[in-house]
Amino acid sequence: MSFESAGYQLLPVLPELVLAVGAMALLMLGAYGKDTTKLVTSLSVGLLVVVGALVLMLPGGKLVTFGGSFIVDDFARFLKILALIGSAATLVLSTEFLADPSRRIFEYAILVLLSTLGMMVLISAGDLIMLYLGLELMSLALYVVAASNRDNAKSTEAGLKYFVLGALSSGMLLYGASLIYGFTGTVSFAGIAAAAKSDSIGIVFGLVFLLAGLCFKVSAVPFHMWTPDVYEGAPTPVTAFFASAPKVAALAVFTRVALTAFPGIVPQWQQIVVFVAIASMVLGSFAAIGQTNIKRLMAYSSIGHMGFALVGLAAGTVEGAQGVLVYISIYVAMTLGTFAVILTMKRNGQHVETISDFAGLSRTNPLLAFFFAMLLFSLAGIPPLAGFFAKWYVFVAAIKADLFTLAVVGVLASVVGAYYYLTIIKVMYFDEPLARLDPMRMELRTVLAVAGLFNIFFFVYPGPLVSVATSAAKSLF
Amino acid sequence: MTTWPILSVVTFLPVVGALLIYLSRGDDEAARRNARWIALWTTLITFAVSLILVWRFDAAQPDFQFVEKAQWLASGITYHMGVDGISLPFVILTTALMPFCIIASWKSITLRVGEYMMAFLLLETLMIGTFSALDLVLFYLFFEGGLIPMFLIIGVWGGPRRVYASFKFFLYTLLGSVLMLLAIMALYWNAGTTDIPTLMNTAVPRNLQTWAWLAFFASFAVKMPMWPVHTWLPDAHVEAPTAGSVVLAAILLKMGGYGFLRFSLPMFPLASQDFAPLIFGMSVIAIIYTSLVALMQEDIKKLIAYSSVAHMGFVTMGIFAGTTQGVAGGVFQMVSHGIVSGALFLCVGIVYDRMHTREIAAYGGLVNRMPLYAVVFMVFTMANVGLPGTSGFVGEFLTLIGTFKVSIPTATAATLGVILSAAYALWLYRKVVFGKLTKPSLASIKDLTLREGLTLLPLVVLTILFGVYPKPVLDMSAASVQQLVNNYNTAITAVKAAALLQ
Repeated sequence: MSFESAGYQLLPVLPELVLAVGAMALLMLGAYGKDTTKLVTSLSVGLLVVVGALVLMLPGGKLVTFGGSFIVDDFARFLKILALIGSAATLVLSTEFLADPSRRIFEYAILVLLSTLGMMVLISAGDLIMLYLGLELMSLALYVVAASNRDNAKSTEAGLKYFVLGALSSGMLLYGASLIYGFTGTVSFAGIAAAAKSDSIGIVFGLVFLLAGLCFKVSAVPFHMWTPDVYEGAPTPVTAFFASAPKVAALAVFTRVALTAFPGIVPQWQQIVVFVAIASMVLGSFAAIGQTNIKRLMAYSSIGHMGFALVGLAAGTVEGAQGVLVYISIYVAMTLGTFAVILTMKRNGQHVETISDFAGLSRTNPLLAFFFAMLLFSLAGIPPLAGFFAKWYVFVAAIKADLFTLAVVGVLASVVGAYYYLTIIKVMYFDEPLARLDPMRMELRTVLAVAGLFNIFFFVYPGPLVSVATSAAKSLF
Repeated sequence: MTTWPILSVVTFLPVVGALLIYLSRGDDEAARRNARWIALWTTLITFAVSLILVWRFDAAQPDFQFVEKAQWLASGITYHMGVDGISLPFVILTTALMPFCIIASWKSITLRVGEYMMAFLLLETLMIGTFSALDLVLFYLFFEGGLIPMFLIIGVWGGPRRVYASFKFFLYTLLGSVLMLLAIMALYWNAGTTDIPTLMNTAVPRNLQTWAWLAFFASFAVKMPMWPVHTWLPDAHVEAPTAGSVVLAAILLKMGGYGFLRFSLPMFPLASQDFAPLIFGMSVIAIIYTSLVALMQEDIKKLIAYSSVAHMGFVTMGIFAGTTQGVAGGVFQMVSHGIVSGALFLCVGIVYDRMHTREIAAYGGLVNRMPLYAVVFMVFTMANVGLPGTSGFVGEFLTLIGTFKVSIPTATAATLGVILSAAYALWLYRKVVFGKLTKPSLASIKDLTLREGLTLLPLVVLTILFGVYPKPVLDMSAASVQQLVNNYNTAITAVKAAALLQ
């Protein structure tokens, strides 16, 4: 097929092109049409589905274009699909938020689309330039989305805080990237891998800054400070978005950079990742205990979960990468389900966000409470739920790589973490019921049912996800 | 011969019952009655099907029977089920006791009956699965999964301090188990499989044996529970509803002992040998110390809970003696304790339903108004003491003989525990049943109803039957126990011989 421009194959970037063009077209539609929020949102979901189909229809194997800066391998395919699912589900979850006549912001869907485009570029990045482009496209859209509840001071604060801290982290990332470029003379991951064989102090220096920037994006300790405030301040559908798709992309690029750009200096980055993983797991578990706001709690929970996912990366092996992929897939499902529940928390049309508002949910709405309890048990990693298998794969990888301390600290942190998930279940099941919640909206039910059933029945037939994750992980090595 | 997967049917039948209850939901009286009957019939049918296992079981064969194997997680992690002479008694114990639990909750549970029954049925599936899983990951799934329904049972239908008790139960057990999970991963890495029969025949390096043994120990010692990690048990027992206590004492505690028999001894024989003195020490402390603690209790359930810890001390001591009598005695003691402690909790439940208190001081002179109850309670008290002629005697006697062969001081000290157990059990019985009936609140208390009598009768019969004729249980497990002990001794002598040669 002669589908190229300026000598570069365009086929590998076809899904991204369609997404970009589609987003622009929808922007026009929104700008010149009247009352188009709902239409634009639905079309955006459709567009994401089409892009997902395109990603799956690309020819198999490893496709490279733009001189190696854009890579489509099984790893990229897997994570792109996951990010697209996350974004599409978030848009579905946002329906109610956008339907509010006082808001009417069609740009929301466009921003989510552009952010998703950034994620896809990020996931496929094959050099530092492409990495930075993707990262900034993703983040800039996210900053705006965080502040999308324009009249709310907390939402604006969240957006601003995210922006300022995000800019700082981008600066660090750029600084690291320029150091690496300076010491290796190349920006492509393959070139860096070839050059960074010895542990030159300059490269290690650059590596540290690069990883610091990436840690910010996955909200790993010690660059997690923004997470609780932004999660709490942003409108809940936006929080659901932050917790799912961008995490996928950031973790993807983290994994790709560590494994493909620095395979020669594994011990150097391994110690960083081990530290970050331990710190995230421990802080995520302990800091969540005192929270009373469910969104803040989910923020600490996500910090902890990123720590667990990084345990797989710390192993630095195929099993480890596979563990990361399985973990993030299951994590996205659990998170979307959980946020579908949080979005349901409305009483007399008002959103309620404290944990005590769940009191007695098992009696006023048994099915909702059951699904939520199962999601929480799953987040805590109790078998036979999906969350257990997520932890299984990362910890098996850590044990195989002889990272015993990491594994022991990790499982102990998961016990501490179990405590705060149990607290929510306790409130739902053991406490006396409060007034009824408003009935659950159809789209929330659908998301919750899909995520909940996946979570409960994953153990029956885990084969497909695991084998796809294995082939995706192998494509990095 | 078996063409249908009988073991899986037994395991998952209760889930079907739970689904039926879910489908017939509603919160009126009819729905509650439905839930109770469905639960009862499900447990009875499960028991009946599990009897087919006994029927077809070849006791002369030491290997796993009714084996089922199917693809699951990875090439080394399969859905592998099967039972041998060690696990079958526990499967039967579980299926046999569940109907009693359902009946015990018939009247006392009026709140959210459907959910209660569903939790129990799910718990039954998970318990049977734990005893019949032949893959470590599958085992862990069942083993840990049981925490979820039990947490809810204690927390939703429990007593005043239920929240504290349920959290303590959950987190304590989870803490022990996650370490075992890491050991499972290490074994998987070492052998490339988590298949239990394969791992039993795989030599584990000495170093890994020690660590893996400790990790498994962390889990099973908590579950058992052994001194000093037993403190969750009295709380859980006191707060749990009657049927919850029965399941906890009769079956969940046995998972620890079963784990020692299934994993620690066969897979890490050298480490087991090394750590046997530790186990002996902890067992003896458990037997003597918790018996003394039991003497001081004011709550009937708490007293029985502490006595459970003491009795489990005999089990661990017998198992790690590594002799035929010790191991066989351990198995028997667990089965017997399952019946007796379950029955004791049912007895406590009966007076609790009438008086709504478990204070020993609130009772006294029950024999005057409840003669039948006094007889039944006495049988179980005597069995708890270990009086010859009851099932409690056989287990304690065998474990003590088995231990005498290995460590005389341990066995001597443990024998003291038998005396102490007589002290607290008889003291309890005297306080509650004998004496004058002076308390006005007890003046109109009623004797056993037909339902309660019929529930307890089979347990009385079994307690006495196994006391005078323990052969059925011992025969069922004999071949597997013999093989386990032989392999254990072979592994240890092989190492000793190698050490001598050097």
